Amino acid sequence: MSAPSSAAAPAATSVPSGPVLDVRDLSVVFLQYESGLRRRRLEVISGIDLTVDAGELVAVVGSSGSGKSLLAHAVLGVLPRNAVVSGQILYRGEPLVEARLRCLRGREISLVPQTVASLDPVARVGSQVVRSAELAGAADPGATARGALRGLGLPESTDRLYPHELSGGMARRVLTATATVGRPRLVLADEPTPGLHPLVVAETLAGLRAMADEGAAVVLITHDLLGALDVADRVAVFYAGTTVEVAPVSRFAGTGAGLRHPYSRALWAALPGHGFTPLVGAQPPPTALPPGCLFAPRCPQRSPDCERARPESRLIDGALVRCIHA
Amino acid sequence: MPDSPGPESAGIPASGRIGLQGLGLAFRYRSSGPLVVHDVDIRVSQGEILGLRGPSGCGKTTLGRLLAGFLIPERGSITVDGAPLPSRGVSPVQLVLQHPELAVNPRWRLGRILDEGGAPDPELLDELSISAGWLDRYPNELSGGELQRIAVARALLARPRFVVADEISAMLDSITQAQLWHVLVNRARAGHFGVLAISHDDALLGVVADRCLEAFPDGTVSTPTRALTGTA
Repeated sequence: MSAPSSAAAPAATSVPSGPVLDVRDLSVVFLQYESGLRRRRLEVISGIDLTVDAGELVAVVGSSGSGKSLLAHAVLGVLPRNAVVSGQILYRGEPLVEARLRCLRGREISLVPQTVASLDPVARVGSQVVRSAELAGAADPGATARGALRGLGLPESTDRLYPHELSGGMARRVLTATATVGRPRLVLADEPTPGLHPLVVAETLAGLRAMADEGAAVVLITHDLLGALDVADRVAVFYAGTTVEVAPVSRFAGTGAGLRHPYSRALWAALPGHGFTPLVGAQPPPTALPPGCLFAPRCPQRSPDCERARPESRLIDGALVRCIHA
Repeated sequence: MPDSPGPESAGIPASGRIGLQGLGLAFRYRSSGPLVVHDVDIRVSQGEILGLRGPSGCGKTTLGRLLAGFLIPERGSITVDGAPLPSRGVSPVQLVLQHPELAVNPRWRLGRILDEGGAPDPELLDELSISAGWLDRYPNELSGGELQRIAVARALLARPRFVVADEISAMLDSITQAQLWHVLVNRARAGHFGVLAISHDDALLGVVADRCLEAFPDGTVSTPTRALTGTA
């Protein structure tokens, strides 16, 4: 959905309708050499579907090892060399091939990194944001960088600081500035709030929401479901490398009965404020994926059919779900 | 399974020596630096989950490390059931950290890492949903949530009197968090040990902690209050 009054959006060459990011049945297999020439295939992602529209913030939640970060790496084209990718990643309607990515990365597509470790420890933060603006092709990188930093409420004195002199909250804003100087259309934020003070978390998430409100498509990768619900439009739930459900945030409410997938309901019911109910078992590793539904071994609603084949993703009431009982 | 800690069978008064106790604790990282822990009295009873909350930078982690014997206080004393912390051997106070990948030897297989804790306990591994297949793998082959289960299992295999759990589930999904805490709370309540639960997540402390302390920026700690009212 590209609004015609897209003053906030970057200079558009063409305005294709449809999602900014459209990931269809993405699979990633790592080929590993064991002993000698024996190879094994690790299916780390099997069947990820995700769309993100302009102006929309979609949270990707799931446990560690569910493929959340790998999705971001796949979109950015920075998977390791032994990765074999199948399925489709469309950006504004066209496949994201390497040559195209090279033009878009850091400009139209940007990453909000996880930690200050992504900054150069021996360069002043002002110059690092200027460099980001330069790489993003800004006409006047200095002015663009200053505009981005001031716009995030960082005083001029910040520009001369080194990364280690920043508080947690300031560091988040600097990282956001490096990611937004290019006025990206697609922003990927990979666990941007690890172990941060609640106020800093809220500020970081509000910053992402603001980017979406200005017209960007934002993907928020997080394990913090509650935090995500405050700012997201939709939530994609990942399990063992698969999208099991993509639901509007309104379905995460009450007892969770509005959620379609048993795993989404289990995530909800395990929250301290919603029952704190654990679920037996663990996510299967890529070396031992079950033949049928990946969640079947832990699913309270498992039936023999679940163990026969991987369920296809379906649209129910306009929302994706991958469960034959949904 | 007793539903409350109650007096101990050894005949020592409940108010007496049983428990992990820190008295008049003070600590700073540099001799000229500020006191990070400032005249803190703290006591965790057997079978109790004591919450410790407060913003970052208030000395929560430092206090946990003092109680587990990883740091030596500048002033004050730490006793476990009346005796000082032993300086060698397996500590009766086990510390579990937020980032399990920093708490294990990356070159050891997980089976060996678990053996560090103590004799195997298949029932415990089962409660934590640790599958046998993990044990001959290396730490970098497991996810954070899987590795944290191993770290908790290792701490419990050491048959601790007390566990200091420092933000152990801040990086985990809600299901794994609930699994870990159910095991810790059930085993603690059964009278095996007490837990100091350090977290900035009030909703979590609301469901796991019997009482709560609050840490302040000047390094002091409040007196215990009743459990937080569960935040919905």
